[in-house]
Amino acid sequence: MSNASESLALTLALLPDLTVMGGAMVLLLYAVWGPEDDRRRSRILGGALAVCGVAVAAVLYSATIALGRGVGPLATDPFRWAIDLVILTSTALTLMVMRDHAPRSRWAFGEPAVLVLLAAGGMMLLAAARDLTLVFLGIELMSVASYVLAGIDRRSARSAEAALKYFLLGAFSTGFLLYGIALLYGATGSTSLTLIGASLSPASGPPSTMALAGLGLLLVGFAFKVAAVPFHLWTPDVYDGAPTPVSGYFAAAVKAGAFTALVRFALEAVTPGLGVWREALWWLAALTMIAGNTFAIQQRNVKRMLAYSSIAHAGFLLVAVTTQTAAGAAAVLFYLLAYALATIGAFAVLSAVGEGEDGVMHAHRLEGLWQVRPGLAMAMAVYMLALLGFPLAGGIGFFAKWYVLQAAIQAPVAQTGLAIILVVATVASAAFYLYVVMVMFMRPRRPEAVDPAPAGWLTRLVIGGSVITILLFGVYPTPLVSAARASAAASFPNSPPPSPSVDAMRAVAAPLR
Amino acid sequence: MRAALEAIGYGQWILPLLLLLPLGGAAAIWLATPHGADALDDPDPVRARGAARPRRIAAWTLTAWMGLGLGLWPAFDASLPGWQFVADAPWLPDFGARFTVGMDGLSLTLVLLTLVLMPVSVFGAWDEVRTRTKSYYALTCLLASGLVGAFVATDVLLFYVAWEVMLVPMYLIIGIWGGTRRLEAALKFVLFTIFGSLLMLVAIIVLWRESGTQSFAFDLLLDAPPLDATTARWLFGAFFLAFAVKIPLAPLHTWLADAHTEAPTGASVLLAGVMLKVGAYGVMRFAVPLFPAAALEPYTRMVILVLAVVGILYGSLLALAQRDLKRLVAYSSVSHMGFVVLGIFAQSLQSVEGAMLMMLAHGLSAAALFVCVGVVKQRTGTRQLDALGGLARVAPLLSAALALSALASLGLPGTAGFVSEFLVLFGTWRAAPWLTIAASGGLVLAAVYVLWALQRVIFNPLGNPSWSGMPDLSRRELSVLGSLAVLLLWIGVHPAPILRRLEPAAVHFLVLSARGGPATAPTLTR
Repeated sequence: MSNASESLALTLALLPDLTVMGGAMVLLLYAVWGPEDDRRRSRILGGALAVCGVAVAAVLYSATIALGRGVGPLATDPFRWAIDLVILTSTALTLMVMRDHAPRSRWAFGEPAVLVLLAAGGMMLLAAARDLTLVFLGIELMSVASYVLAGIDRRSARSAEAALKYFLLGAFSTGFLLYGIALLYGATGSTSLTLIGASLSPASGPPSTMALAGLGLLLVGFAFKVAAVPFHLWTPDVYDGAPTPVSGYFAAAVKAGAFTALVRFALEAVTPGLGVWREALWWLAALTMIAGNTFAIQQRNVKRMLAYSSIAHAGFLLVAVTTQTAAGAAAVLFYLLAYALATIGAFAVLSAVGEGEDGVMHAHRLEGLWQVRPGLAMAMAVYMLALLGFPLAGGIGFFAKWYVLQAAIQAPVAQTGLAIILVVATVASAAFYLYVVMVMFMRPRRPEAVDPAPAGWLTRLVIGGSVITILLFGVYPTPLVSAARASAAASFPNSPPPSPSVDAMRAVAAPLR
Repeated sequence: MRAALEAIGYGQWILPLLLLLPLGGAAAIWLATPHGADALDDPDPVRARGAARPRRIAAWTLTAWMGLGLGLWPAFDASLPGWQFVADAPWLPDFGARFTVGMDGLSLTLVLLTLVLMPVSVFGAWDEVRTRTKSYYALTCLLASGLVGAFVATDVLLFYVAWEVMLVPMYLIIGIWGGTRRLEAALKFVLFTIFGSLLMLVAIIVLWRESGTQSFAFDLLLDAPPLDATTARWLFGAFFLAFAVKIPLAPLHTWLADAHTEAPTGASVLLAGVMLKVGAYGVMRFAVPLFPAAALEPYTRMVILVLAVVGILYGSLLALAQRDLKRLVAYSSVSHMGFVVLGIFAQSLQSVEGAMLMMLAHGLSAAALFVCVGVVKQRTGTRQLDALGGLARVAPLLSAALALSALASLGLPGTAGFVSEFLVLFGTWRAAPWLTIAASGGLVLAAVYVLWALQRVIFNPLGNPSWSGMPDLSRRELSVLGSLAVLLLWIGVHPAPILRRLEPAAVHFLVLSARGGPATAPTLTR
């Protein structure tokens, strides 16, 4: 391949990411050009949405031209494009909610819009990265933008505290990640996932201590980013302190970005033969599911509760990652979309309800919401049931959990123990998701409570759209599922197929190993 | 009659229609109720009238629904084996779940029970729900769809979805319109049920995978090669746990008394009348036929039989100790559902038919009792047995209805309760004579708590002099309770038409159970 055609292929492979980042730069210039007023905010939103739209078009274009499975260090497989679409959707929805939220909280809209786009660019880079240096670049781009986003409400001490905590712990975890990359490079002589996978495969002997240490540190770094227990401690504080739509973005998109990198790493760089890795993931998933759901039960601050719920969902997603199969990747893909819709929706409702004078989202602010804003209350109920994984009323959420369970039980090493923990944890999660439903529908409104102002039309649009999508695909998920299946199967052809013959129940019979 | 129904293609559209019509009713209620019309007691007459509209729509919808569905009785052909009124559509092709509904004799009786009890729940508690009527009646309609869906689904995944869908409306109804301790009761109800049902979900996935059929169709899963013993035991455990919570089988019954006591009358009627039956139906339809060897292992079977008898006796003792009339009725349900489980696992033709009939009999008598309790509470303001008394003097019709439904529930000869309890005990004798004797003790206890409660409610001196001017049953209440009484007496005197329709289902159940091996061969003699 000549130099020119190679760089053309690279450009085409990077087209969506370049669109988002370039668009963010142009938007930044416009945003700082003059003082912000309502019209300008709407224009910025229009511009940002246009960037997302063009990026979607670029994704669809790059997906159709024949780029193979990858160009250099960049993956160009359907898994990447599917994740890109999830990320861009979450980004567009978040921008719309933010546009309504910003003037009410008296913060500028221009900077956060640019930062959200930059973070999205980082996530898309993560989805594409088939090389650890690119993974690092993507994570840094995503994280640095996120740190600033957490503190975007300059007047709020809580927001500043959240930003500082996020920054310090995030930087610390990046250190782990980087050290892990360095050790892996030392052990295998490469940062490319494919080459690392080849040198870690059972064919080339047992992995060296150095490689194992590298893998461990890398896993710690990832666990920080996806908020897995015991590396989750920053999550409740950050989600609680950050402005509500930003928290929604953290919970939905940032987590999605980190998970994509982890999935690709688990499927391409770590061959299924490596028992230590699977065991580590097993414990991470089990602990995260148990602790996330247990801690969420006692929360009476809804944002903190949703933070612990997002930790719990990281655990559910880790179950799918543990399987190390294409079916698991498909389950992650489907789950991330379902989870993103429900989470962004739930935070949009919270943004519409608004916090109290003290800036805390107490559960009692939702009391009797059904009597004053029935639409918001019903939408929130759908989101809660979707996160709980309830069939039909919770729509798509049921099938999300269903596919994770299915992937776990069908894996070559059947994860029936994890499946059972998942189910028990889900029962525990009913306690807090239904608590929100109960507060909204069954508690009377406090006499001194002020009715929330009507939600802006953009927020209403986001809420309505996500509820309809959740319910519609909850009745007939087939198109989405087949798309997720096909893209994962085409992206990870070397991963083991689902096994129909392994005695799954033997794993149950020896409970929890 | 059957020919006429066939001529209009009744069998093809009736089941989908029964599922969709209540959804339409719910949508109509939602759309037709004016904004702000919330409370029946609104001082503004226009708004109060608007708030009464949902009730009217629900009453019309559910009555029409019942009318259409009653055609199932003549249209059902008891001589045909297999499913009738089948409707089938693809749903989730990538793993073979289909939207398939159908009926046999067992589903027929239970669907008819649901059809009858839905209007009973609306008419029997006409004035009780006074606020947020729109949501209450819309949820009631949704519940109707879920209940029928659970009884007619022949695809295991569809059954699971219907099973869960019943839960949300009931949770909201108990939690919003319930009594003073409603929040606790609603949460307890939901957590108990979800815990069981999610384990069932895992079992369904494992079953799908292990059977190798790539389908959730009940018939295909039945024909799949048998599972190995360990797997089958775990899967049966998961299925049975989910159903045992719902039935409820002792010691999983603790949610029931709270849920019943706090629920509004209309919901109690459905909870006791239909929802408990879904659990027993699940055992008969899925848990035992899919895993006969595991279910009827001598040890497992004996444990379940003993638990059933414990439920019968313990439920009766708890009922005996209650001071609240509604709690008493709730605990009597635990006792009666024990007979159903006993009949199912005794595995003789009589006992299984008896268990099936018992579901119907208990559904009708419990519904009638809850309606009566609701009326008593509304007229006197109390359900405390110590405070009540002497109602026979001031409200003879109400007292007669209460007495009749209570006697039907204790199994007085000539009522439906007698036939079914007799069949269960008769059929259990050969399998477990000692348990039969112990279970008969439940009948004695039932007589004690029912008659003692009747004495304290309708006889004795009048509890409060101000009740002397108490209105007796209104015409609406009278027609509801009257029809239930007629049904109870009719089944008690002439159960043959129902038994004829149940028998093929019972035989089929026993044949499926017999696949478990020689240890479990049931007695097929009459």
